[in-house]
Amino acid sequence: MLEIRGLRHAYGGRTVLDVPEWAVGRGEASLVLGSSGSGKSTLLNVIAGLATPVSGSVRVDGEDVPSLAPARRDAFRARKVGLVLQTLHLIGVVSVRENLRLAQRLAGHAVDERRIDEVLAGLGIDRLSRARADEISVGEAQRVAIARAVVNRPALILADEPTSALDDANCARALALLFEQAAGCGATLLVATHDNRIRSHFARRLDL
Amino acid sequence: MKLARLALAYLAARPLLTALNMTMLALGVATIAFLLLVTHQAEERLARDAKPVDLVVGAKGSPLQLILSAVFHADVPTGNIGVDEAEAILANPMVASATPVALGDSFRGFRIVGTDASFPGLYDATLAQGRLFAAPMEAVLGAEVARRHALAPGAKITGSHGLAQAGPAHDEHPYVVSGVLAPTGTVIDRLVLTSVESVWEVHGHHGPQPGKAALPAPAGQRLEITALLVRYATPLAAAMLPRAINATTAMQAASPAYESARLLDLLGAGVETLRWFAVVLMASAALSVFVALTSALQERRYDLALLRTLGARPATLAALTLAEGVTLLVGGVILGLVAGHGAAEGLGIWLGRTGSWPLTGFAWVGGELALVGGVLAVGLLTCLVPAVQAYTSDPATLLGKR
Repeated sequence: MLEIRGLRHAYGGRTVLDVPEWAVGRGEASLVLGSSGSGKSTLLNVIAGLATPVSGSVRVDGEDVPSLAPARRDAFRARKVGLVLQTLHLIGVVSVRENLRLAQRLAGHAVDERRIDEVLAGLGIDRLSRARADEISVGEAQRVAIARAVVNRPALILADEPTSALDDANCARALALLFEQAAGCGATLLVATHDNRIRSHFARRLDL
Repeated sequence: MKLARLALAYLAARPLLTALNMTMLALGVATIAFLLLVTHQAEERLARDAKPVDLVVGAKGSPLQLILSAVFHADVPTGNIGVDEAEAILANPMVASATPVALGDSFRGFRIVGTDASFPGLYDATLAQGRLFAAPMEAVLGAEVARRHALAPGAKITGSHGLAQAGPAHDEHPYVVSGVLAPTGTVIDRLVLTSVESVWEVHGHHGPQPGKAALPAPAGQRLEITALLVRYATPLAAAMLPRAINATTAMQAASPAYESARLLDLLGAGVETLRWFAVVLMASAALSVFVALTSALQERRYDLALLRTLGARPATLAALTLAEGVTLLVGGVILGLVAGHGAAEGLGIWLGRTGSWPLTGFAWVGGELALVGGVLAVGLLTCLVPAVQAYTSDPATLLGKR
């Protein structure tokens, strides 16, 4: 599903990412572990097509993401990738439901209210549907961020430090939700973190 | 969720700033729209009222005052001229027609004009009801006078001295309404017409009014009128007749076209100042929209990065920023037009109550299209800078800085 070869990325001449070879199969879950500044977020950005590496290939479902034209890269990301960002950033001025609708529209899909209901219910946040996104708690925002990442049934879920700000109980809960949702849509799950608490949950791991 | 709705949501999230930006823009647009409406209608009205008259002959004094009193009926006369002097003008071969005007009184703010049967013809006015005045103390009402006071033939009205409604009344000399004119859109709609003899009769019972504008002479004395409205028989008359009258008689001749242009020039300086003030106001508003969009963009850079992660193209982000700016612009322009037209209508209602110059806000002046186009064009240029910033923002860098 995901194949990386000779991937190198640099900022101002300084190499920040170097992955000679790595692959993850369809439906697998894998951890990208590394300290701050090790290039975890950069790797996820390159895989998602948000950053272009200096060299190397990143193939997702056979498509070499860095070599795609910008417009096709945007379309690829919308269609195939679900992102959970470290800051759980939501569009605060609209409701939780509108955040999910926005994700569907930007992916080029028609708004599917039943799918939104299903995802919100699956994450236990259906009661928040009409709440403004900037008025919910951090724990709730985390669930909404996961809901948004899976609402389009992506082939690949990329989560950047999803648990680093959470206590043990919430960390376990968030991880369980990610696994559950990824399994629910048959997606490959990649979690980038420096949080050693979760390394035991993953069979596969890339150390940076 | 559609882009426009998201743009609206962003604007609604900062209600005070949004309202201030729109209000600033609206103030500029309203001021210019108001000035356009007022000046356009004033110019049109002056031109329409002055067109039927080539020359006004009256007592010496300010030529502008003579025109304002005898043509536009908005000022007190400069004095009176003798009927014998007026008849000499009439005999001049360069004069095609001369209509006498005897002023002095008004009916509830509408001027009573002593004249002859040729006066309605100057403005192509026709009778809507009744007939023209024939006997003394009969009067024909302009359409606006009749409408405002619900008068019809057979009604009795009394005049009072001067143009103000509070002047001493001539209750003992009522006029009988003999007819009502159809609307013409000219000054005649706001006049009460009667014969010159009726005006003489009313004032035959009064002595001279100290400190008041001169009135036609009492009966038995030298007969006077206020002015003569002259139409030339030949274009050559425009060059010769006014000079001849001004040089060789005790009267003055003034051209309504020339004096109207002079009046508009006098008003023009003030209007131009206000217009520039409004332009400065709008420039400030455009700058304010620019600052608002730029700062909003700065605040929302993570939102924009997030939208990119969800698949939004750079052009989509630029369109979102533009949509926000355009909403501000269109809102400000609409508010401004409504306020400008509302102010013109409000002024029109107030002026209408005082019986003077009619003005409406329910009109559209060609210049307003240029105003709207200009504001939107400048506003869009202002929005382009933040839109380009949104277009070129790098989501990976922004997310990395979080």
